[in-house]
Amino acid sequence: MGRVVVEVMPKPEILDPQGKAVVGALPRLGFTQFSGARQGKRFELEVDGEVTPEVLEAARQAAETLLSNPIIEDVVRVADASEESAGAVA
Amino acid sequence: MTAGTLASARIGVVTFPGTLDDRDAARAVRLAGGEPVSLFHADGDLQGVDAVVLPGGFSYGDYLRAGAISRFAPAMDAVVDAARGGMPVLGICNGFQVLTEAHLLPGSMIKNDHLHFVCREQVLAVENASTAWTNRYELGQHITIPLKNQDGQFVADERTLDELEGEGRVAFRYVGTNPNGSRRDIAGITNAAGNVVGLMPHPEHAVEAGFGPEAADGTKTGVDGLGFFTSVLAALVHA
Repeated sequence: MGRVVVEVMPKPEILDPQGKAVVGALPRLGFTQFSGARQGKRFELEVDGEVTPEVLEAARQAAETLLSNPIIEDVVRVADASEESAGAVA
Repeated sequence: MTAGTLASARIGVVTFPGTLDDRDAARAVRLAGGEPVSLFHADGDLQGVDAVVLPGGFSYGDYLRAGAISRFAPAMDAVVDAARGGMPVLGICNGFQVLTEAHLLPGSMIKNDHLHFVCREQVLAVENASTAWTNRYELGQHITIPLKNQDGQFVADERTLDELEGEGRVAFRYVGTNPNGSRRDIAGITNAAGNVVGLMPHPEHAVEAGFGPEAADGTKTGVDGLGFFTSVLAALVHA
């Protein structure tokens, strides 16, 4: 089974109220290093077979039409999940 | 205009999974003198209605983005086609969010800047009194109707905002206080043709004395929202 990861972030020029709330809460726990936070979305799309270039292209189209709203969000990543595990944090 | 011509207007009210205010919207249509017609999201047949109201609520639980999934309902394909053909469409709150997701209106709604759900009686200024849904108001008139939302902050890029202002497409602006951080105090907008209007506050909750906001005549007597529904009936009679 293959999996495609799609990541969506609020556009830089759009104020992100949720990220603002997160960065406001961090110092209360002693995390004073962080001056900003932005909150986005990660989708994992599963396919029965392998992640082919066609599957990636379909995921890209789904990302642009349904998974994000281009007025307020950017699709920042569409990738085969199996290619990201090497960089994953334990 | 006679009661007979008004009663002949059939106004559809679409119910999505998670819609809350369809009954109130239908009641508002009836009190204005029209005939409400219940439409279901899964049905692409608009049953020959003369206009459509997309009511408020939390369709599909606001999953993904408010209005994002409803926008692909079969009923919405029909509404988008009809709206492009000139049929009056009003989107209230979640219905406004659906209209932006369907690209019938520009911009989008994000979470209120203060992150809290807001529920209050809100004063609005009528900035365009010539649309299908606002022609019974005076330009500059102040009306008070309820506002209740979580994702009510209207946003668009500066160019779009300038276009909306320049073309007179800001239909309503918040007065006194901006309750959600909306750009340029915008509460509602219209398309260029004036048949599609969307706003965050709820006119359908201010249509009957005894159940409306505070008004000069006493508590709960406000019926400032009724003008939306009498406006569309007038627009249909004159169409």
